[in-house]
Amino acid sequence: MYAFAYHRPATLKQAASLLRKTEGAKALSGGQSLIPALKMRLADPPVLVDLGGIAELRGIRLEGTTLIIGAMARHAEVAAAKEVMTGIPALAQLAAGIGDRQVRNLGTLGGALANNDPAADYPAAVLALDAVIHTNKRAISADRFFKGLMETALKPDEIITAVAFPLPTRAAYVKFRNPASRYAIVGVFVAETAGRVRVAVTGAASCVFRVKPMEKKLAGKFAPEAIAKVRVAADKLNSDIHASAEYRSHLITVIAQRAVTAALSGK
Amino acid sequence: MNITVSMTVNGKPVTAEIDPRTLLAQFIRENLRLTGTHVGCDTGQCGACTVHLNGHAVKACNILAAQAQGATLLTIEGVRGVDGGLHPMQAAFREHHGLQCGFCTPGMVMNAIDLVQRHLHPAEEVIRAGLDGNLCRCTGYHNIVKAVQAAAARMAADTTAATLKQGGQA
Repeated sequence: MYAFAYHRPATLKQAASLLRKTEGAKALSGGQSLIPALKMRLADPPVLVDLGGIAELRGIRLEGTTLIIGAMARHAEVAAAKEVMTGIPALAQLAAGIGDRQVRNLGTLGGALANNDPAADYPAAVLALDAVIHTNKRAISADRFFKGLMETALKPDEIITAVAFPLPTRAAYVKFRNPASRYAIVGVFVAETAGRVRVAVTGAASCVFRVKPMEKKLAGKFAPEAIAKVRVAADKLNSDIHASAEYRSHLITVIAQRAVTAALSGK
Repeated sequence: MNITVSMTVNGKPVTAEIDPRTLLAQFIRENLRLTGTHVGCDTGQCGACTVHLNGHAVKACNILAAQAQGATLLTIEGVRGVDGGLHPMQAAFREHHGLQCGFCTPGMVMNAIDLVQRHLHPAEEVIRAGLDGNLCRCTGYHNIVKAVQAAAARMAADTTAATLKQGGQA
């Protein structure tokens, strides 16, 4: 690791001011991606601002038809929370499948979103559920939040405080995971909320994306066969040692259909 | 610039001045000289460095010691049974030959204890999925799973006995 100055503020205000003070300063949440990046010297922030001591970033609650999850909620907390299991079971299931249990005991929702790894699970849920990302400055819609490869709409001194998920009528997430890394080779989140259907794909391209032709078909008929012939062109998809772009293109249709089936069965 | 961290490790308060880059695993091994916590891969994959942070299994090589400020930490050295001898999980690993070279064992035991505390009677699939983040390169997993199953039964019996005892006194 390159040397850095470490701060552990107790309030959001202090954290934002510390991030503002030094160019390149970085917020640290669970650290399950940032610590490995620091160890490999892939990142060299002069200042680390640990968000672990800020109580206002915690908590999970249901408010009417919205599930609100604090940015520092650990994956294991989300997976086990009654509010999530009853409100959006697909989200609890997704959280239970991130990394391994030790990673889930540290990794956070806010950290995963701010990192925006192209193969992370949470971005697919946030985009398909049309969630709103709340920060210390504003509220950002999911469609405007994810900008590209590990890039988001967040400003350098902007901190995610919570994510508000509207409760869907039905939803499911199916991941075709790499057995070693547990990251998605292709992961598809399908959600129907207030009569609108959204389909989000992770793992397949440089950034999570929606498949609007599938959404249109599913809005007409919410059934796996409705999207059997919808293919995402391979030319914008990833090719790597795990899977070719053509394979991922085929996989998206297969996994999306499985997600629809799962959403229909409510499991 | 060095920072000061304080936490409770195996029931004892500790305070040290450290470089902020110090990983929790390094802090445990090099500052506290508790070398039962092993560092296998140092990339957050093998789980040999698993400890309990505020009662949850985490990989000590994937967190800064500074992040554990004020926390309660349990390492393999602090693990013991109700009678002060081996913890049922340790005894079961020995009985069922759940180890060969033993390098992965402290991490396996720490994660398995946390797993069983959350799933009182874990099915085989739950154990296998739960130990996903711990790699063993010699014994293989069959005997480890058997050990965890046996320990879970023993831990459940201990819990029931303790509850009955408390109930009897009340």
